[in-house]
Amino acid sequence: MDIQTFVFFFLSAILVFASLRVITARNPVHAALHLILAFFTCGGIWALLQAEFLAIAIILVYVGAVMVLFLFVVMMLDINMDRIREGFWSYLPLGAILGLLMVMEMGLVLGSKYFQVPAAEAMVPAGVSNTKSIGALMFTDFVYPFELASLVLLVGMIAAIVLTHRGSKKSKYTNPNQQVFVKAKDRIRVLQMPVEKD
Amino acid sequence: MFDNFVVPNLLPAAPELFLAAMALFILLVDLVVKDGRRTVIYGLTQLTLLTLIVWRGIPYFRAIFLEQPDAFEALSQITYTFSNMFVIDMMGDLLKLILYMAMSVVLAYSRAYLIEREVMNKGEYYVLALFATLGMMVMISANHFVTIYLGLELLSLALYAMVAMNRDSVASTEAAMKYFVLGALASGLLLYGMSMIYGATGTLEITAVAERLFGGGANRTLLVFGLVFLVSGLAFKLGVVPFHMWIPDVYHGAPTSVTLLIGSAPKLAAFAIVMRLLVSGLFVMVADWQNMLIILSVLSMAVGNLAAIAQTNLKRMLAYSAISHMGFMLLGITTGVVSGDAGNLLNAYSASMFYVIAYVVMTTGAFGMILLMSRAGFEADAIDDFKGLNKRSPWFAAIMLMLMFSMAGVPFFIGFFAKFSVLQAVVAAGYMWLALVAVFFSLIGAFYYLRVVKVMYFDAPVDETPLVAGTNMRLLISANGLAVALLGMFPQVIMSVCAYALLRSL
Repeated sequence: MDIQTFVFFFLSAILVFASLRVITARNPVHAALHLILAFFTCGGIWALLQAEFLAIAIILVYVGAVMVLFLFVVMMLDINMDRIREGFWSYLPLGAILGLLMVMEMGLVLGSKYFQVPAAEAMVPAGVSNTKSIGALMFTDFVYPFELASLVLLVGMIAAIVLTHRGSKKSKYTNPNQQVFVKAKDRIRVLQMPVEKD
Repeated sequence: MFDNFVVPNLLPAAPELFLAAMALFILLVDLVVKDGRRTVIYGLTQLTLLTLIVWRGIPYFRAIFLEQPDAFEALSQITYTFSNMFVIDMMGDLLKLILYMAMSVVLAYSRAYLIEREVMNKGEYYVLALFATLGMMVMISANHFVTIYLGLELLSLALYAMVAMNRDSVASTEAAMKYFVLGALASGLLLYGMSMIYGATGTLEITAVAERLFGGGANRTLLVFGLVFLVSGLAFKLGVVPFHMWIPDVYHGAPTSVTLLIGSAPKLAAFAIVMRLLVSGLFVMVADWQNMLIILSVLSMAVGNLAAIAQTNLKRMLAYSAISHMGFMLLGITTGVVSGDAGNLLNAYSASMFYVIAYVVMTTGAFGMILLMSRAGFEADAIDDFKGLNKRSPWFAAIMLMLMFSMAGVPFFIGFFAKFSVLQAVVAAGYMWLALVAVFFSLIGAFYYLRVVKVMYFDAPVDETPLVAGTNMRLLISANGLAVALLGMFPQVIMSVCAYALLRSL
């Protein structure tokens, strides 16, 4: 076993463990932290496959931005996860059997041939930068999907705003113009009260 | 690095660009227009769709009614652009034209319903509807796995938001949540299938996938493995058994105007991506996917028609009816090739295309009737709400009668010819048993459509008040009902256009 194979299996084991902990951890903060670990490890595996741009992107975007926000929200919300998770473990036996069966079936269909460590078949020739190629493709051949993706993000933004925006709250402020032109009549109302008898 | 790059020809994608620009423009206009009824936004949205209808409709008018050969010639061109990611052919062009019409009618029906419900009548509703239209256009014109997926996401995201827009309703929120989670699952299945096929062929471009497969040498196990996931993902999006569970809940829970949108136009786009992925891309695997589709189709007809009988809610009943109709539509696609002989190809696929178009016309009318009956605070979505409709308004009862007869497949409405042409293709392919199963379940299906008719004509009305609806709505829904009857008298017009479109596209 060469060093690359060892690193691959090492990272994969951490990835599987972290992913499992994401769904089994009782504490949502722990789950989020394990999700960060999973993303980070995934980045490591991609770097091993010489996709260094994707590896950096997942760490910068997911670990750096998305997960920090996520963690922030999870810590702010005081959710009682125990109530939500009631009965969660009772599904475990059936779920585990079904999951194992599916993994076995996929393994039988695809055979051992595809479950090997990806040898670096697609060796990148020296002097070609992965990141630069992705950038070039994105603005030439893939310009149409690229623009569509921006529209998808825009729709996501519109959807988020329309579903959460509950009308602008007017802050209390005074209009100086009205203050200057105010008349005594506007402020004081003289009432005529009939005199009570007896 | 940029040596081989040619700046893409934008002309074939002009309708998409126009629609995207208009949607962005309307989004900005919505910021400055302070109008509670959103008349300006609605007007601009309709203007966009009507412009597209006239723009793309004129060539068809010239070709079909004026019989100008050069118009035919121009329509039957197949053009690729954006590095072969975008294709425009006659099938796509025709489906898009019908899509614009369907969306325009859908929004017109929804107008009064939205005005009565303040919380939904926002400018974003119309903008999201336009983006959903754009997503469907992208799907129809896709020649690349990535564009199919992005179009699908654009459509789905807009729809999830529209279902959830009625925020105060628990049912709508629940429906949106279910739709979102199951839609994400379906997208995952589709993507997994696509990645497997990419692994086997080394390309994401649909026409290139077909070429590699014709060339042979691709790993068959991997292909079949990917195909299973691809078909499952498509089945989810079409809503056929066993991937149908989201349909009844989403149709029922969503506000009726959104149900109308989900139930009509997206079926055209779903048909288009089935054709692009399975027929254009994986035609070599036809024997494999035809068998899968037969199972899906028979199950859908059985479950859809049987479960619809038990429903008391009209929206839910129409949801099960949608499942059965999609199963029927798939029958046509399953019979294109019989034991290696592709003689029945054109016949079968054009029957399916005709079926999908007919279904969109009928379902738009049926949900339109629910919208017509509804008032502020009253949804009119129970079958009992249609009791004695004949006494309240004989004309609209007659329209609903035509729509229900057409959906049931009673002769001389468009639904009959749609069913008939699919059955003809099935029999021509030699699947006698399949045709018998389809007829059997259609007969069962006729029961629940006729029940609606019986309720309208023979039950005493609960609510004696006459219907209140705007003139536009009355005219449009009458036109829709009459279209079901008239197209039933001249079905060959649409049928031959479908056949010609597929002849020139495949």
